[in-house]
Amino acid sequence: MFNLEGKAALVTGATGGIGEAIARALHAQGATVALSGTRAEKLEALANDLGERVFVTPANLSDREAVDALVPAAEAAMGKLDILVNNAGITRDNIFMRMKDEEWEQVLEVNLTSNFRICRAAIKGMMKRRAGRIIGITSVVGVTGNPGQVNYAAAKAGMIGMYKSLAREVASRNITVNTIAPGFIETAMTDALNEKQKESILVSVPAGRLGTAAEIASASVYLASDEAAYITGQTIHVNGGMAMI
Amino acid sequence: MSDIADRVKKIVIEHLGVDAEKVTDNASFIDDLGADSLDTVELVMAFEEEFGVEIPDDAAETILTVGDAVKFLEKNAG
Repeated sequence: MFNLEGKAALVTGATGGIGEAIARALHAQGATVALSGTRAEKLEALANDLGERVFVTPANLSDREAVDALVPAAEAAMGKLDILVNNAGITRDNIFMRMKDEEWEQVLEVNLTSNFRICRAAIKGMMKRRAGRIIGITSVVGVTGNPGQVNYAAAKAGMIGMYKSLAREVASRNITVNTIAPGFIETAMTDALNEKQKESILVSVPAGRLGTAAEIASASVYLASDEAAYITGQTIHVNGGMAMI
Repeated sequence: MSDIADRVKKIVIEHLGVDAEKVTDNASFIDDLGADSLDTVELVMAFEEEFGVEIPDDAAETILTVGDAVKFLEKNAG
């Protein structure tokens, strides 16, 4: 089950906690993986650790030329692209009344527009091969909302609508398009919280703990696999029960 | 009939699964041959591959019939 041997995958944001875990998990199932992110040294270190079947394709997703060059670079390196994981994202939190245009625009650009452009570049090859998996990492806040994150929540909700529409367009070509919505996950971002903050978060999580990056990666392996061929246009919520949709 | 027209018609017949006699110069991919908008994108990709040319989006949007495709490719291929 969930064998990805012979498949070629591109993971954006592979230097982050969740992106790295996804890249490792796809690789462990046998996929060839292209790692993208802004920090080239960190990508190289991960590539060295993974060993074979790995390529490094850095890209700054706030730069549209770099965004458009990413999929061609990954296809050139691996010969094709079967699995696209759009994981990269940034936050620029602020309360609504203080939110600046730049904070809004940067988050929409990196989290939503680059996502659209990367999908558009990837879909052509998938259409030709009549096979493909597009997986977007959205967020529980794209569905529930979150104070201080109107920009982030808007971008993440936008992804869900975009992926559903794309899913409808390409389903007949054996291409599935889904999102994964993590809840509170142990990453560098949540490490920065103090114990009291963590406790107040955990009150809203029935599972009583933060999730792990590996638990997001497992969902991505499933969606990437042949076994998930009949799942498209869906959002898989991995959140310990904090939101049940 | 030109060699290009033959190759275009062969691609259309194979891709859309239609009878050869329906694939006339005036046949519209969508209105006469039952293509949907995704099929037309795929036909353009198939033409690009067969003839080794790049068909830009604004040109692709003007290719509505078999004859349009043949004309474009006679002008731009090879």
